[in-house]
Amino acid sequence: MTAVPTAGVPTEGGLQASKGDAIPLITYRQALNDALRAELTRDKNVILVGEEIGIFEGSYKITAGLLTEFGPERVRDTPIAEEGFVGAAIGAAMLGMRPVVEIMTLNFSLIAMDQIVNHAAKIYSMFGGQTPVPMVIRMPGGGGQQLAATHSQNLEVWFAHVPGLKVVAPATPADAKALLLAAIRDDDPVIFLENLSLYNTKGEVPDGDDVAQIGKAAVAREGTDLTVIAYSRATTVALQVARQLAEVGISIEVVDLRSLRPLDRETVCASVRKTSLAVVLEDDWLSYGIGAEISATLMEGAFDYLDAPVRRVAAAEVPLPYAETLELAALPDANDLIKVIREVLAATGFPR
Amino acid sequence: MAERRRAAAARVKEPAAPPEAQTTRAFPADEPPEQLLGYYADMVLIRKFELSADQMYKRAKIGGYCHLNLGEEAIVVGLMAALLPTDYLFTNYRDHGYALMRGLEPGRVMAELFGKSTGVSKGRGGSMHMFDVGVRLLGGYGIVGGQLPPATGAALALTYRGAPGPDAEVVMCQLGDGTTNIGAFHESLNLAAVWHLPIVYVVVNNRLGMGTTVEAAAGEPELYKRGSSYRIPGERVDGTDVLAVRNGARRALDRARLKREPALLEVMCYRLRGHSVVDPARYRSSADVETAQAADPVPLLRQSLIAAGLLDEAEAQRFEADADARVAAAVAFADASPDPSPSQLFDYAYATPVPNAPHALPGEPVVVLP
Repeated sequence: MTAVPTAGVPTEGGLQASKGDAIPLITYRQALNDALRAELTRDKNVILVGEEIGIFEGSYKITAGLLTEFGPERVRDTPIAEEGFVGAAIGAAMLGMRPVVEIMTLNFSLIAMDQIVNHAAKIYSMFGGQTPVPMVIRMPGGGGQQLAATHSQNLEVWFAHVPGLKVVAPATPADAKALLLAAIRDDDPVIFLENLSLYNTKGEVPDGDDVAQIGKAAVAREGTDLTVIAYSRATTVALQVARQLAEVGISIEVVDLRSLRPLDRETVCASVRKTSLAVVLEDDWLSYGIGAEISATLMEGAFDYLDAPVRRVAAAEVPLPYAETLELAALPDANDLIKVIREVLAATGFPR
Repeated sequence: MAERRRAAAARVKEPAAPPEAQTTRAFPADEPPEQLLGYYADMVLIRKFELSADQMYKRAKIGGYCHLNLGEEAIVVGLMAALLPTDYLFTNYRDHGYALMRGLEPGRVMAELFGKSTGVSKGRGGSMHMFDVGVRLLGGYGIVGGQLPPATGAALALTYRGAPGPDAEVVMCQLGDGTTNIGAFHESLNLAAVWHLPIVYVVVNNRLGMGTTVEAAAGEPELYKRGSSYRIPGERVDGTDVLAVRNGARRALDRARLKREPALLEVMCYRLRGHSVVDPARYRSSADVETAQAADPVPLLRQSLIAAGLLDEAEAQRFEADADARVAAAVAFADASPDPSPSQLFDYAYATPVPNAPHALPGEPVVVLP
């Protein structure tokens, strides 16, 4: 294992085509597949559990090839029974297995909420630390696929609200791998949030055992004029906007939260104390969302440094419609972010 | 078809038949007397412990919800007599007796009820959440049906670490009659069937889910038949008879142990009190209460042992006095135990330490200013 201080930290290099150097360029999907294969190989207690992950190779092909390689006991297809198989993974974890559960999409996790919130999150603490629950629940969320209201949600706040869970939301292929390795080796239940629109994105992913640290945000791009705080898909949008605005002389710092619980408030506040301006880009609905928590954090940790109110760019608060025009209108995108950044800068008389 | 529907309706309306009114029961000749006396002592301990818990609750020594095993003593003792130390147990929230019969000191169980740091779950779980990894009691669970998927998964884990056989580890998962109506019950049984898991689901049918009768709540009120959708064999036994419970549990556990297949056991009993200590059970008829009292397993076993010449009145009183003394000692231990310190509030927040883990008390800042 090589100790690389930036292991798993998203950088712009991780989001762009590499220019012929040695670090492989792979998709987010492949990074997840590589991490699962590595852990199945490394630890015989790791098992994969979920609907259609074996013979069908996963609804989004994250588990492609793994059934053939590891067999039906290690890569276990389940009936359609989210409450049942998520809970079964909890019990298996209590006896020392390390299940990695795939819920086909985040939307179906609602059926398993009793097991996730009332059981996975409680068992270690409520029974006085006697039995950890080392498990991972992977699931993709996100809109933009014309899947309509019930199949397009971003419910990260539901999980991030709950003590006892760890919640990560990687933005890049490198982070997807490094955080999945960390999640599988962690002794607590980890909610691992993927986003449908990220699966085909490519980035540099170091070979080998780069294990990220859960609970730490990263400065994905340094800047001086304004901080954009984001996670998952929103981080990729924020970095794209930062590059675009750099061309017109605006220096954006991008903080990628990576971990939604625990939340690295110090990194967020340190960045905003430097830039004095903050915009949150988030894919969840606005009210009570991640941005609300970040804003409250900045009120407490950077109030005297702020030159303008913190603004949030979040999804419109409607059940997401199917029609493309309506879907596009509802979801936050680069143009929305640029508009808000410009408004915030204008409020301070930028350029100063 | 209509005829069948009428038959089903008739069956639903029919009240569940009480066990035959008996004042004594005979014992098989090959049943060692010491063992029978041991079962009686255990049942008396549970009875005395639960009566004491009821008192302690009313004195506000115990908070929250408190559900008692009163009337279920023969079930708890019979099931635990069949379960091996190498087996795992998951139960619902009516769990005090199971903790005692798994071998936990009554003082530690009472201390958990008192919310003390010496409690089996260090005072963090309370009445509904007894847990001890050493004796493989993997919880008391307060959410109805919540224990079923994890218990099923524990059985799944066992398939990775051993072969079927007389020494195989298995899981027992206890639940109440009302739980057979929840989705988690059906999903769990289905998983156990398709994955061939070594688990025994034990339905303690005390005929009431809080105030709702089994007949009003279950489309198939003969609950042991509810496994048939999953080809899981079911058996119903008299839960007021400790030997019937133990033997039924052994048959089911053997199937799990030797064949690695799930089984469903239904044990019939009566709740002697309300759903919990604060429930006066006004919804019960006096006839129903009389039936329940007539089926009280503790005096029934006492009278049976005396009739069989295995116990006399003086000895019986000694058993009862011993139980009283153990329960009094448990209360004294719990009373004398320290409360958990607020400084320990965030202990066990996570099993793997993590940066930025929350640690703020109400009103404390969450960010350190430079």
